Amino acid sequence: MDGSLGLIARLPALQVDWGTLVSVNLPTLLFVVLGVPLALVGYILGTDVLVRRLPKRSQPSVRPWVWVGPAILFVGLILVYPMVGTIVRSFFDRHGDKFVGLDNFRLMLTDNGVLIALRNNVYWLVLYTGLVLTFGLLLAFLADRVRYEKTVKTLIFMPMAISFVAMAVIWQFVYYYRPSDVPQTGTLNGILVNIFHGQPITWIQDTRFNNFALILIGVWGATGFAMVILSAALKGIPAELLEAARVDGANELTIFRRVILPLMMPTIVVVGTTMVIFALKAFDVVYVMTAGNYNTDILARRMYAELYSAGNNANASALAVILLLAVVPVLIFNLRQFRAVEERR
Amino acid sequence: MSVATAAPPAAPPVRTATKRLRWSERISAGVSSAGLNVAVVALTLAWIVPTLGLLINSFRQGGAFNTSGWWTALAPPFNFTLDSYRAVLGASDLAPSFFNSFMITIPATLIPTAIAAFAAYAFAWMKFWGRNWIFLALVGLLAVPLQLTFIPLLTLAVKLGLNSGNTLPGGLNAGFLAVWIAHTGYGLPFAIYLLANFFRVLPTDLFESAEIDGAGPVTVFFRLVLPLSVPALASLIIFQFLWVWNDLLVALIYVGGTPEVAPLTVTLTNLVGSLGQHREYLTAAAFVSMIVPLIVFFTLQRYFVRGILAGSVKG
Repeated sequence: MDGSLGLIARLPALQVDWGTLVSVNLPTLLFVVLGVPLALVGYILGTDVLVRRLPKRSQPSVRPWVWVGPAILFVGLILVYPMVGTIVRSFFDRHGDKFVGLDNFRLMLTDNGVLIALRNNVYWLVLYTGLVLTFGLLLAFLADRVRYEKTVKTLIFMPMAISFVAMAVIWQFVYYYRPSDVPQTGTLNGILVNIFHGQPITWIQDTRFNNFALILIGVWGATGFAMVILSAALKGIPAELLEAARVDGANELTIFRRVILPLMMPTIVVVGTTMVIFALKAFDVVYVMTAGNYNTDILARRMYAELYSAGNNANASALAVILLLAVVPVLIFNLRQFRAVEERR
Repeated sequence: MSVATAAPPAAPPVRTATKRLRWSERISAGVSSAGLNVAVVALTLAWIVPTLGLLINSFRQGGAFNTSGWWTALAPPFNFTLDSYRAVLGASDLAPSFFNSFMITIPATLIPTAIAAFAAYAFAWMKFWGRNWIFLALVGLLAVPLQLTFIPLLTLAVKLGLNSGNTLPGGLNAGFLAVWIAHTGYGLPFAIYLLANFFRVLPTDLFESAEIDGAGPVTVFFRLVLPLSVPALASLIIFQFLWVWNDLLVALIYVGGTPEVAPLTVTLTNLVGSLGQHREYLTAAAFVSMIVPLIVFFTLQRYFVRGILAGSVKG
C-alpha cells in the first residue's frame, strides 16, 4: 500500500514458460528429492564400513565423530565461522583492509536512524514478548474451559503456517486508510468510522500508532505458538492440586496467581526467552510493511539496508555485533536454564 | 480431568448443605460460563477476521475492494468470482516461484533433518570427548541472529561461485545449493536439540538387548531409533518445512530477486511493492502462497504440536 519497497516493481504480466519448467526443473527436483536422501544414507553406511575396518579398540573413539561430523561441519561453516568473521569485520573500514577500532560502532550509535531502530527494538522486545505471553496465557486458560477448545486452538495457531509476507498482505487490508469522504476499505478504519463515527487513522504512517500496529502483526502470528506450549503446561498441573485449593476456599483468581502461575513459570520462561530472541531478530514484518519508513525501522532491517542499499559491510557488521550483544544475556540465561534442567535429570 | 476424581459419599446433613451451595454455584457458573464463551468466541473471531477479510477480498470482482470494504460483500448480491486466482495462476511469476519454493524447501528440510538425526544419535547414545560441551555450544547457537552470518557467507558463496547466476553441472542453479546449505546450518541447532532430547528418553534396555544380539550402531539407528522417533521426526520435518517455505530473509540474501530461483515469498514481496493497478492479484497471490503450508499444517497439526512440546515442556 505504501509502494515504498526498494525492490524492482514487476507487474504480474509475464507469461509462464511451462516448457522449461517441466523439461529442466522437474527432473532436477526429482533428482534432488531422491538423490539427497540416498547420499545421506550412503554416507552413514559407507563410513560405517570404513570404521569397521579399523582395529576393534579404536572403533568406539572414532565412530561418534562420523555421526556428529557433518553437523559440526555445517554449523561451523554456516554459524561459527561467519560469526567470528563479522565480529572481526566490525573493527575494519568498509573495504575490510584498515583497522578502525570502534569507529563503526561510534558512527552507527550516533546515527539518528539507528537510534530510532534501537528504540523500536526495545518496543518490540517489551510489547511483543509481553503481549504474546499475555494472550497466550489468556487463551490457554480460557480455551481449557470450553468444549470447542480444539477448534479455538487450531484457529489461533493457524497464523504459524502463514509467512510474514502473506501476513503483511493480510494486515494491509486491516490497516488500510482512505480519506474520510469515501467509504473505508480497511477493517480497522471501517470499524472506527462506521461503528464509532470517528475519523480514519493512517495506522501505518502515523508515528503515534505505526510501531504498535506492526508489533500487533507479530503478536498475532506468534500467540498460537505460545498458547499451545502454555496450554500443555497448564494441563500438566495435577487436578487434585486445584481441587484442594478450591476446597480451601480460594477463588479462581487466587488459584491462578498462587498455584497455576508458579507451577507454569518454567514454561513461561522458555516461551518468553524464545519470544525475546524472535523480537530481536524481527525483520520481515517491517521490511514488507514499511521498509523501515515512518520511524518504524528496526536493527535487522537497517542492517539489511546497510548491506544491500548502501553496500557498507563495516556498518552492517557493527549493527550485527550490536544485535549479538543484545542476545548474549538471553543466551547465557538459556544456557543456565538448560544446565539446571540437565542436572535435574 | 476433574470429573474423574471420585468423591467420597458425604453424610446426609452435609449433603443438603453442599446441594444448596451447588445450586447457587450453578447460577454463578452459568453466568460466568456465558461470559467465558463470549470471551473465547470474541478472541477467536478477532484472530480470524484479518484472514477472513483477505479471503473474501480475493473472491471479489476485480477492483471492488478498492472502493468498498470486504464486509459489504457479505450482503447480497453475492458477486464472487475466481478471476484473481485465474489471473495469478495463469500469467505471473507465481507459478515458477511455486516450483522454486518446493525446490528450496524439500532438500532444505531433508538435509538438516538427516544430519541432525545422526548427530542427535551420537549425542544421546555415544560417549566421546567434549560431548556435553559441544551440545551446549549448539544450544547456545540457537540464539545467534542469522544476520550476523550473512556478510562472510555471501563473500564465501561468491568466491565459490555459489551465486544464483551460475549453473552447476546437471543444470542445477547454484543459488539453490547456496540456500540449501545455509538453511541446513541455520536449522541444525534446533533440530539437534529437539531430536537429542527425544532420543535420550528412549528405553535403554532396548538398545542393550539389540547390542547383545550383535546389532551395530547403523542397524540400531535405522531399525530402532528412527521408527521409535517418528513423532519427533515428523514434527521437526513440519517445523523446518514451514520455516523454510515461509522464509523471506535467507532467500533474499542468497538468491536475491533473481526470478529463476526466487521462492513464493520473494515474488509475493515484489507484488506487494508493485501494487499499481493490479492489486487484485495480490489477494489471490497471498492465498496461493499459503496453500501448501496450510495443507501441511492442518493435516499434520497433531505431530507439529507434539514436536514443539518435546523440546519445551518436561513431562
